[in-house]
Amino acid sequence: MLKATALHCKRGGRLLFQDLNLSIQGQDLIRVSGANGSGKTSLLRILCGLLTPDAGEVRWKGTAIGALREEYTRELVYLGHAPAVKDDLTAAENLNYASVVSGLGVSRERIPFALEKFGVSGDSLIKKLSQGQRRRAALARLTLSGSVPLWLLDEPFAALDATAAGLVEELIRAHAAGGGAVVFTTHQDTQVAATRTVELHG
Amino acid sequence: MVEIARALVCRDLRLALRRRADVATALLFFVIVASLFPLGVGAEPNLLRSIAPGVIWVAALLASILSLARLFADDFADGTLEQMLLGAAPLGVVVAAKAAAHWLVCGLPLVLLAPLLALQYDLPGPLAGMLALSLALGTPVLSLIGAIGAALTLGLRGGGVLLSLLVLPLYVPVLVLGAGSVEMASAGLGGQGQLLLLAALLVVAAAAAPWAIAAALRISSE
Repeated sequence: MLKATALHCKRGGRLLFQDLNLSIQGQDLIRVSGANGSGKTSLLRILCGLLTPDAGEVRWKGTAIGALREEYTRELVYLGHAPAVKDDLTAAENLNYASVVSGLGVSRERIPFALEKFGVSGDSLIKKLSQGQRRRAALARLTLSGSVPLWLLDEPFAALDATAAGLVEELIRAHAAGGGAVVFTTHQDTQVAATRTVELHG
Repeated sequence: MVEIARALVCRDLRLALRRRADVATALLFFVIVASLFPLGVGAEPNLLRSIAPGVIWVAALLASILSLARLFADDFADGTLEQMLLGAAPLGVVVAAKAAAHWLVCGLPLVLLAPLLALQYDLPGPLAGMLALSLALGTPVLSLIGAIGAALTLGLRGGGVLLSLLVLPLYVPVLVLGAGSVEMASAGLGGQGQLLLLAALLVVAAAAAPWAIAAALRISSE
């Protein structure tokens, strides 16, 4: 599905990685590992098109992602460091807007169920929630994103307790088993058996 | 695509409703600046009448700058901007929706308040109507041009001041045409010419600005 060839990335004058090749197929579970500052987030941002690599290119089904733009981005879910939820909206409103903007087209009835699965009440304002609950509210989007082929998850287990981390692991495994691909970074020990590991040395 | 644009406008209106203080600041600023002039200049009706269009227009420009700094900054800080960049709609449509919401929250109230403020300047009714009409055509242009500046200065330290320096010169044609239309009308020369030019500016800005804002956002969000 996704093919990255000869990626070079420099941030702040420091070379993070060079000649990185990566080919992602359905059912792949790829773990990106490396120390802090080794370029894990940069790699994910390059793969989703938020960051332009200094050299090399990323192709989705044979076409450069820069030419596809929203035709590519609607085929992926990217969850970054920031939970991407608005403080002044409720969890349900946030999830609803997130799913409309990403073109998921899910029915409104499924939103409370998705949040309930993650133990977040739909009508609670995000600013009243703890850090971990915010992450839960953001990650609830994954339960609605089964039909999106590519998941790019940056530290999906950060700030989560064992129950929530278990839920995310389960969702990741189910997605790969259903033919999707997942690329994730993590510092924690995880039960997810990655089919491949990309090691960045920075 | 239309659905996404509508959802974004709804989202921003709802956020504005929950954070009324932010909106009120810009509006109160407009009201206070426009009210200071009659107090400072003195009760000379002819002078007040002649400075009214210019002063109210300048106050509107400044109020619009004040609210622009946060147009993308909040979404950038909490990560929702990234999700818009990775959304299913072309980025041009997304930013057009953001600019439209900004106008509804920060531009439209200026249009509605202007005739009231014009009373302080003893501006006759038809001219106050003309002022509101010129603001109705001009403030969307301010939102669109200002959004380019807001996108370019996103994430910069001291971005607010830089934003004013970037955007205020670009506001000059809108100011000249907007205030000019009321002055022309008060001189008995109509002023429709200026209004038509303002409308033309609006059409050009609506067609071109979203793509410029999108390009600027892609650069500054890297």
